[in-house]
Amino acid sequence: MADKMLPMREALRMALREEMLRDERVFVMGEEVGAWQGTHRVTRGLMDEFGARRVRDTPISEMVIAGAAVGAAMAGLRPVAEMMTINFAFLAVDAIVNHAAKIHYMFNGQFRVPLVIRAASGWGDQATATHSHAPEPIFAHFPGLYVGCPATPRDAKGMLKAAIRDDNPVLFTESIALYGKPGPVPEDEDFVLPIGRSDVKREGRHVTIVTYARGVEWSLAAADQLAKEGIECEVIDLRWLRPLDMTLVYESFKKTNRCVVVEESLPRFSFGSEIAALIQDEMFDYMDAPVKRVSAMDVPLPYAREIELMALPNAQKVVDAVKEVL
Amino acid sequence: MAAISRETLLEWYRQMVLIRQFETQCDILYKEKKITGVYLHLYSGHEATGVGAVATLRPTDHVITAYRDHGIALARGMHPNVAMAEMMGKRTGCSGGKGGSMHLAQRDLNFWGGYAIVAGHLPLAAGIALESRYNGKDDVVLCFIGDGATNNGYFHEALNLSGVWDLPVVWLIENNGYGMGTPVEVASAQPELVKRAIGYGMKEGPRVDGQDVIAVYEAVSEAVDYARQHGPVLLESLTYRYKGHGVSDRSYDKMAELRDWQQRDPILILQRKLVEMFPDVEPELAQIERDVAKVVHDSVIFAEDSPVPTYEDLIRHVYVED
Ligand SMILES: Cc1ncc(C[n+]2csc(CCOP(=O)(O)OP(=O)(O)O)c2C)c(N)n1
Ligand SMILES: [Mg+2]
Repeated sequence: MADKMLPMREALRMALREEMLRDERVFVMGEEVGAWQGTHRVTRGLMDEFGARRVRDTPISEMVIAGAAVGAAMAGLRPVAEMMTINFAFLAVDAIVNHAAKIHYMFNGQFRVPLVIRAASGWGDQATATHSHAPEPIFAHFPGLYVGCPATPRDAKGMLKAAIRDDNPVLFTESIALYGKPGPVPEDEDFVLPIGRSDVKREGRHVTIVTYARGVEWSLAAADQLAKEGIECEVIDLRWLRPLDMTLVYESFKKTNRCVVVEESLPRFSFGSEIAALIQDEMFDYMDAPVKRVSAMDVPLPYAREIELMALPNAQKVVDAVKEVL
Repeated sequence: MAAISRETLLEWYRQMVLIRQFETQCDILYKEKKITGVYLHLYSGHEATGVGAVATLRPTDHVITAYRDHGIALARGMHPNVAMAEMMGKRTGCSGGKGGSMHLAQRDLNFWGGYAIVAGHLPLAAGIALESRYNGKDDVVLCFIGDGATNNGYFHEALNLSGVWDLPVVWLIENNGYGMGTPVEVASAQPELVKRAIGYGMKEGPRVDGQDVIAVYEAVSEAVDYARQHGPVLLESLTYRYKGHGVSDRSYDKMAELRDWQQRDPILILQRKLVEMFPDVEPELAQIERDVAKVVHDSVIFAEDSPVPTYEDLIRHVYVED
């Protein structure tokens, strides 16, 4: 079957629709997912097609959206709950961390929580301090939860389908800035990308760039620019922060001996910190330079465009970091 | 309501005595440092509420509660051995020794567990009820709620959602007068907690005498029938915790109040009723007490003789494995 060029939001919708057709237990719930057609239009048309039983509009109640999804999943349904944006998932952290992630373990395997919580993530255009988080690493802190963060429409479809079919709870974040970006998407209904598999997005021999989600875009742009100067970057998209698959990173590092980590989120106690720690732990004998990190600046995001952009990562910052480790 | 049979009343009596003796034993074991840790919340005093409410359910219905869960687990039919083993953190416990006193659960009894985040289980109850509705079943969820838990945001969100989605949940507030050290009147602007039903367009059940197992049974029966056919109900059972909040509760200076409540002890009330109704019943009651004492004793032996969890248990069940 051919690939189709689709923006990420439509790839996600394709995944949702296919899984809802495939499995009666799969349903969607969240704020404005139905009649409003989805805040980010990911769920557009689903209510018309599947009706209000399977596309469930909820009140503005993040705690119970996450918590009721946990209960429904324990009872045998396969909810896909949407957090309008991940910023509001902070209200649901208890249900996600204390319940979704712990129930299987705490009750010794008696219950399963086959749940997906989808959340739009990242900063948009001057969304300001409360609405500009990309806090995936916070959630990846907790055993019992999987955290998936696709970077392309193709990955978005394959990863979301895997998340829905899995029996573990998954926090699935979707970069707002990527929703509209098109890419080839397999139309095959059985196109599923296994959970916890990372991916080489570009091959190269001089520096390994480790990233995920929106960082892939900046990293590939930086790699293009650096290639003109004869510097070949290998860009590795981890795709999942949990389970974390470092095999491709280590393979690559053995070849390049240098690494830059690129993340959309904040620098302290971060994705970058974790990857750097793992590399020095496992790859010490191969290291030719310290691991460099490109992150957002350690400030709340402001409104004014000039200083907002200053605080955020971009391709140029990646280029600069790569040059530092060479 | 049809008269409740002698047999049923004796079964309730047995369950209430079992809970009381089990909890008394837990208290002793804690003092002997055989049950360890910082948390142990006893159900003593609440027996009529748990037993009367759970007795209204069918096996396919669902029960969920907070951390004061031993009595509910036993009322639902959990074997005292596996409950006691869990108290002692043994591998044979209902949660494999990984849950502890606050996290008893038994899937095959549709007992969905005790939960230690105050009010955190309320949305779970809504979700379990959603499965029932979604699949066109008529099973209901009985969700126990502490009075203190009614002031937590989860309470609002879960009750409202159950209202807009017509979920078959019986929300049963066990009002024992306190959340830890804070009296209901201090914590709740509307201390008649059941009145909150109005705010959720929900059927308001009665404030029932939580010391009288028959009264609890009748009130919850009606609520369960309503929930099965229509949607959520909120009701309240007035009771008292005999052993304070938990083992950490050292401020328990309410002896006068405790004595007043013990005048209306739930086991005593049922005992008096039974003797009144069936003058020949006393030997049977005594026999039940002896039988229960043996069951509780055996549960302690079982738990003491059980192995502790292993390294394999430690790392198992973080994720689903098959
Ligand atoms: C979210 C949350 N906040 C605080 C606590 C600490 N805490 C444990 S029990 C409790 C009191 C709850 O009282 P109530 O709901 O009336 O239940 P009861 O103990 O009387 O059965 C508190 C404050 C907690 N476990 N969870
Ligand atoms: Mg209380």
